Amino acid sequence: MADAATHDHGHEDTRGFFTRWFMSTNHKDIGILYLFTAGIVGFIAVAFTVYMRMELMEPGVQYMCMEGASFTAQENCTPNGHIWNVLITAHGILMMFFVLIPALFGGFGNYFMPLQIGAPDMAFPRLNNLSYWLFVAGSALAVASVLSPGGNGQLGSGVGWVLYPPLSTNEAGYSMDLAIFAVHVSGASSILGAINIITTFLNMRAPGMTLFKVPLFAWSIFITAWMILLALPVLAGAITMLLTDRNFGTTFFDPSGGGDPVLYQHILWFFGHPEVYIIILPGFGIISHVIATFSRKPVFGYMPMVWAMIAIGVLGFIVWAHHMYTVGMSLTQQTYFMLATMTIAVPTGIKIFSWIATMWKGSVSFETPMLWAFGFLFLFTVGGVTGVVLSQAPIDRVYHDTYYVVAHFHYVMSLGAVFALFAGIYYWIGKMSGRQYPEWAGKTHFWLMFIGANLTFFPQHFLGRQGMPRRYIDYPEAFAYWNYISSIGAFISFASFLFFIGVIFYTLTRGARVTQNNYWNEHADTLEWTLPSPPPEHTFEQLPKREDWDKQAAH
Amino acid sequence: MAHAKNHDYHVLPPSIWPFVGALSGFIMLFGAVMWMHDNGPWLFLMGLAGVLYVMFEWWKDVIVESHAGDHTPVVTIGLRYGFILFIMSEVMFFAAWFWSFFKHAMYPMYEYVGTEYIQPEIYSVNAFELPLINTLVLLLSGCAVTWAHHELVHGGSRKNVELGLLIGVLLGIAFTGLQAYEYAYLVNHRDYSFAGDVFFANFFMATGFHGFHVIIGTIFLAICWLRVRAGHFTAERHVGFEAAAWYWHFVDVVWLFLFFAVYIWGM
Repeated sequence: MADAATHDHGHEDTRGFFTRWFMSTNHKDIGILYLFTAGIVGFIAVAFTVYMRMELMEPGVQYMCMEGASFTAQENCTPNGHIWNVLITAHGILMMFFVLIPALFGGFGNYFMPLQIGAPDMAFPRLNNLSYWLFVAGSALAVASVLSPGGNGQLGSGVGWVLYPPLSTNEAGYSMDLAIFAVHVSGASSILGAINIITTFLNMRAPGMTLFKVPLFAWSIFITAWMILLALPVLAGAITMLLTDRNFGTTFFDPSGGGDPVLYQHILWFFGHPEVYIIILPGFGIISHVIATFSRKPVFGYMPMVWAMIAIGVLGFIVWAHHMYTVGMSLTQQTYFMLATMTIAVPTGIKIFSWIATMWKGSVSFETPMLWAFGFLFLFTVGGVTGVVLSQAPIDRVYHDTYYVVAHFHYVMSLGAVFALFAGIYYWIGKMSGRQYPEWAGKTHFWLMFIGANLTFFPQHFLGRQGMPRRYIDYPEAFAYWNYISSIGAFISFASFLFFIGVIFYTLTRGARVTQNNYWNEHADTLEWTLPSPPPEHTFEQLPKREDWDKQAAH
Repeated sequence: MAHAKNHDYHVLPPSIWPFVGALSGFIMLFGAVMWMHDNGPWLFLMGLAGVLYVMFEWWKDVIVESHAGDHTPVVTIGLRYGFILFIMSEVMFFAAWFWSFFKHAMYPMYEYVGTEYIQPEIYSVNAFELPLINTLVLLLSGCAVTWAHHELVHGGSRKNVELGLLIGVLLGIAFTGLQAYEYAYLVNHRDYSFAGDVFFANFFMATGFHGFHVIIGTIFLAICWLRVRAGHFTAERHVGFEAAAWYWHFVDVVWLFLFFAVYIWGM
């Protein structure tokens, strides 16, 4: 599909199908591979949630039964919590490691970071392809984990994406080990990608492009790469401990042998908190370009924007234990983590207000990417504000492990990162494929998703405040009303996703040809807009000249 | 499109190795899971063979490209950045093991109110016997490699470069041998075991992963030694050598931390 679309322009591309897509050393092709694979894995992960919301629509268990899982309500159903647990685990692992990072960092990062800095390719093109194929290998291991013998004599592991011991050390079967290796491989893939991105950024910028002249998206990818480089190896250590605890009798996390399960939580979240910024930072970069383009103004406060991202990256490493207020830390520790966490609201606020200031007195128009960016701004702010609420240790006592937390992190990820992802797709699909989506279709997709996602997750705040705990297959009558609404929202979101797949198919096969290099306006002023759509196999064989990209006075 | 490259960056032709490497990695890890669940090591070994083969072919390609002149100054800077970043990620990997070690050393579980864990009697290793010897062996090895590097960069004799590397490699092997001896001694005469207590888990996994890195570094240096003998590397162009030396010093530093924390403080 991507193949058809990008072949159309018929640059002298003599590579065969296998050579082009399996042996690639081309950052643009690898970026496309990343995006498509992440889309397929994303579909699996989304399908899981739709099934989960089906189950949660009514009190009682109707679909996930010991008698067998089905799509029609069963009369005499013995609840099968294992299926439920497997689905939440797989949804989390797939979305975190195999959808959002690969799509935003791997896909757009690969495709557009080198273009924006005027580099002919990545620093290590072959390594780049290894990153991609390791991501595929990891995805395969993750899917195999769901389908192989696991705990409770059934298939799959139901331990939650955080893989906390003792659940994860006691879960029987192959499944858990496969999940651990899936995360190892995905980590290796991301670390190699990060090494590649950092080197490219430092070593291959166009002549004259000093660090503070680099476009914000490239900056966001660069900072993300640093976080991946420093956070993911620590996770690799933690899950290696899990692996040896499970299979070789070590007792890192087993109190009967002097081990400490809370230690795992610390190491995991030392990775896990940077991870959420790893997911959202590339989104920040995309949003900056989209808002500047459709406000027809340069982005407001370039330098504060860069430093805010750096600050978020640094602070992201020193706040991890706010995920663990209830494990019995001392009050001093809790106070520290609470204060440090709230500090992150400052650079994040700088970004939000700078985006608003970019639109201020701009000539704003609402093409599809801008709609997504606008949606992102509003929804990410909601998620950010509930984040500040949750950062309060005393309040978190009440909200911990309730649906309030679920609502919070889906507002920043499902509505924040994913909206940024869609903004990027609509912003750049014409550039990548040479064909443009129908405007009405993009807008329809946006409104369906906006309504659906809000309907899904906003009521979950209420459920959390009522005290509904997360990670359960069933709930009492009292929570029925908002669960019903939330499920309807999930179905609408799923419909929007199906519609989106249709839009992509249509665009890549029948979409209107893009004739201009820059089909938006002159405020889309980064280097990718100086290239044909789609760009030729090799770009910048003649390095770009300063006037191609330096549109503004020195920062 | 004018297909004339007009810059010094390295644009690579397509390569099959990443695909084969990832596929082998998948087979290896899937096989490891089978093996851990008592289904025999065969799948794992097949995957491992594939991974090693890809490493060999891939790095052979890199050396060939280097000799073809693809590694311009700007490319070699990139290779250096890349390798330093790789070492940084390795440092963070060890951070996890040190984290576990320090946590259990400073806040052992028997200190917590209401716990029933009683630490078993553990024979502590005298840091100033074999571990100190090992420290010196590893540091001397680092010195030898630095001497070789110096000879290479400042126009010394190639014989000395060879000799320095050879000494470095042999001392690396000696370190691994002594460490293996120490493990065997502890297990056979001092009731150490891999399983059972978190002290052992920390001890063996931290020093074990270090030992694994020593083996990798030794192989890397040995390859450099072979390459020097084959006439590779000049005073100006020796990124592979430099990377091996950096890696070796990184392994040294990790050991120093292990020596001071796990061995000396552990007494």
